[in-house]
Amino acid sequence: MTFEHLPALQVAVPLVAAPVTLLLRRAAAAWVVTVAACAFAFVAAVLLAAAVAAQGPISYALGSWAPPWGIEYRVDALSAFVLVLVSGVATVVAVFAWRSAAAELPREQLYLFYTMYCLCVAGLLGMTITGDAFNLFVFMEIASLSSYVLIALGRERRALLASYQYLILGTIGATFYVIGVGMLYLATGTLNIADLAARLPQVADTRAVLAALAFVTVGVSLKLALFPLHLWLPNAYAYAPSAVTAFLAATATKVSVYVLLRFYFTIFGAELVVGGLPMEEVLLVLSLAAIATASLVALWQADLKRLFAYSSVAQIGYITLGISMASPAGLTAAVVHLFNHGITKGAIFLLLGGVVLRAGRAGFDRVQGLGQRMPLTSLGIVLAGLSLIGIPGTAGFVSKWYLVLGAIEAGRWWLAGFIVATSLIAVAYVWRFVEAAYLAPAGPGTPERGEAPPVMLATAWLLVVACIWFGFDTSFTVEGARRAAALMLGGNP
Amino acid sequence: MSGAQLIALALVVPAAGAALVALAGRWPNLREAVTLATAGTLFAVVLGLLPGVLAGERPELMLLEMLPGLAIGFRLEPLGMLFALVASGLWIVNSVYSIGYMRGNGEENQTRFYACFALALAATMGVAMASNVLTLFLCYELLTLVTWPLVTHHGDAEARSGGRVYLGVLLGTSIALLLPAVITTWAAAGTLEFAPGGILANAGLSSSAMAGLLALYMFGIGKAALMPVHRWLPSAMVAPTPVSALLHAVAVVKAGVFTVVKVIVYVFGTESLAAAGAAEWLPAVAGFTIVAASIVALRSDNLKRRLAYSTVSQLSYVVLAAALLAPLSIAAAVLHIATHAVGKITLFFAAGAIYTATGKTEASQLDGIGRRMPWTMGAFAVGALSLIGVPPAAGFLSKWMMFQGAASAGHGPALAVLALSTLLNAAYFLPIVHAAFLRAPREGDAAHGEAPWPMLAAMAATAALTIALPFAAAVPLALARAAAGT
Repeated sequence: MTFEHLPALQVAVPLVAAPVTLLLRRAAAAWVVTVAACAFAFVAAVLLAAAVAAQGPISYALGSWAPPWGIEYRVDALSAFVLVLVSGVATVVAVFAWRSAAAELPREQLYLFYTMYCLCVAGLLGMTITGDAFNLFVFMEIASLSSYVLIALGRERRALLASYQYLILGTIGATFYVIGVGMLYLATGTLNIADLAARLPQVADTRAVLAALAFVTVGVSLKLALFPLHLWLPNAYAYAPSAVTAFLAATATKVSVYVLLRFYFTIFGAELVVGGLPMEEVLLVLSLAAIATASLVALWQADLKRLFAYSSVAQIGYITLGISMASPAGLTAAVVHLFNHGITKGAIFLLLGGVVLRAGRAGFDRVQGLGQRMPLTSLGIVLAGLSLIGIPGTAGFVSKWYLVLGAIEAGRWWLAGFIVATSLIAVAYVWRFVEAAYLAPAGPGTPERGEAPPVMLATAWLLVVACIWFGFDTSFTVEGARRAAALMLGGNP
Repeated sequence: MSGAQLIALALVVPAAGAALVALAGRWPNLREAVTLATAGTLFAVVLGLLPGVLAGERPELMLLEMLPGLAIGFRLEPLGMLFALVASGLWIVNSVYSIGYMRGNGEENQTRFYACFALALAATMGVAMASNVLTLFLCYELLTLVTWPLVTHHGDAEARSGGRVYLGVLLGTSIALLLPAVITTWAAAGTLEFAPGGILANAGLSSSAMAGLLALYMFGIGKAALMPVHRWLPSAMVAPTPVSALLHAVAVVKAGVFTVVKVIVYVFGTESLAAAGAAEWLPAVAGFTIVAASIVALRSDNLKRRLAYSTVSQLSYVVLAAALLAPLSIAAAVLHIATHAVGKITLFFAAGAIYTATGKTEASQLDGIGRRMPWTMGAFAVGALSLIGVPPAAGFLSKWMMFQGAASAGHGPALAVLALSTLLNAAYFLPIVHAAFLRAPREGDAAHGEAPWPMLAAMAATAALTIALPFAAAVPLALARAAAGT
């Protein structure tokens, strides 16, 4: 194995791991293969990120067919950043699944869970690394189909309905995307992203290109659950197995955000998207609506998984809000929040997985007195919740800092006020949990004293520590995000 | 040891103390010994920093760069030195008092109580020593969070609603107002490091922008309890009395007014504020708070509530004095942080002792109590006299300087407010002292004596300090003058 093939191996290893787990048919063996594949992907992503930081973008011609004829894999500051997030969370969740998936799934289906998990990881990594718009569609379908299966594996029958809802909406999204890509192909005769970017300016004012932009926007927005296209998300997150919820919440919507960034800033270019079209205003309005409504809806949920699912819709609103600013601070905020929110929500959903294991559900009636019964789990949720609010010393603060800075630099005082005011809604819903866990007496449905299994607790706390760590040491996150923002605003690569 | 090492110790010692307290939870005597040892060590460490600061050194400790150009760092200057001395010194006394109170009242979850208390002190040291606005903000928020479990200590419905107001107001103001203020400062000045003369002095802000930013800061620093963001302080009184005494009369509220002074002196700069006329509205708001809170205190029968509103009023003394921008009044503001602390903690100690010995919480129930609890009510009288500003008690010192400062600034309304509030202070404190000593006890009162001895000892110590401070005022005065640059 040589370093030059690392971009291909980044996707190929988890992709090959999927059929291997299918052949092994043993849950334990499948788990080992999955963890090994994810860990390899993580190491590869870190190496690639280091290489990109040192010497600039890496282009890899798949099968040695030179782009734009062959499929190109392309790692730059933005995709390297997302690759690290996806593969890192994938590894942590894979380890977590050892106990969590075993407890929530039927034994005979367990190895199939790992098969689908590997496919999903491969799909998301492929979406991120590929430099080809149609290849991206293929990976999007791999990731989507496997995630429908993963969601349907949930214990309650309602998981089937949730998966079906997501299947319908996700398929519409993917269809819109591929129609958009088809129109771009029509207008430019190429599918390679860099090539598209180079050829698009000549045809930028044609109706086909504008229609393509609209189709891609709607399609990708469905996948990233931009308000009001988020309706599939709360049910999917609430009823999926715990490990799946954590993985999808931390990565799937984030990769879709990446795709949106790629299309807006690399292919169409900031001049067309923000300068020529009112996408800035559209995104801004939708983001504000997402943040305000989803935060308020989250406040009234009776189930913690649903609560944090709605919170995810709101947090995605902060990311798209950063995108709508289209300024260095705004895009830095969007990219850094993509990462910070990924680890924060990952941590919360992993910890909730422990609660589900012990209490059966994660309803508010089940977490009363949790501070006494599962002290480490409760403390972890509180700390990750502080990151969600954006308390200084947590990762979420860094995101909020750049988001407010972007608003102030743009002279939009009302927007800065809106951002901080909606953070207060996050205080309210996080504190609903704190009061239930620490101030309410234990009810009849609450679990016996006892923590989640050590593997689950350790993996979840790894992400909690990351939430704190990246609140202080921002050299990776902020530097990476700033480079990505510079790349996106610096015109076509 | 070098200054940087001492600063590191001042932050680490209370944090490590909290961890040890948690570990020693099963053995109450050992746990309390850890608390006392931690408090003593911390005070010694802070004292170790004093000679250098008095000699003009500014020891600093830069930890890491959190955001590009924004470090987590600590630098000790005279204002922070005085605040750290007051908080860490009174923590020792308060710990002795806590032991008597918590055991005397049979409180639950004492390990959590002592651990959170130590963490609160660690955060307070961070506030006192922060070298830039970001570090200060970080420690400020931490202080809010670690004191929440102390406020909701009893865990009942009253504690829950008190905790909601506490957290809602303090986090609400700091996130919604203070954070945008900090980020605006960063965007305008390109630095957040505190600097003599102010970092916004040359940022080219218009005077209306400065006034707006100052308002964001002043109302964003909810811990300074400027009306209308004062509601959290009476709500915090659901906490056990030692919490009210040290945190909500000294550490937390003083962190608020300390931040106010710090922002006025080192972020805006008194001269640029005066030149822009951006702070002219502030004395009016502070003056209103002083008078209004005093009137509420006058009408409150609940003793702790009366003390809480008295604190709201006294905090605005500091804000008022700082807002006058005259060097003398800045020095008075700094000094008042120390003099109010010793007087108010004594009053809270007395209120807690009355509650522990008799279960009484209302001012109207205290007829003749001075005959049974002469030490407690004697200490209460000393504290009350200090808050009114009667010499030789400590409060006289800062109040005198405040009058001088207001006169030197030529601010007539401020003088009037100070005079009026002195009368109001007397009106809500002296009747209690009068009733306690000169009225006959009511019939049907159960027989009782004094509170447990640790509480009495702590009370006697702070009362003695209240009397002694004016006679040993060289150090606080030197620090206050150095902070004000006179």
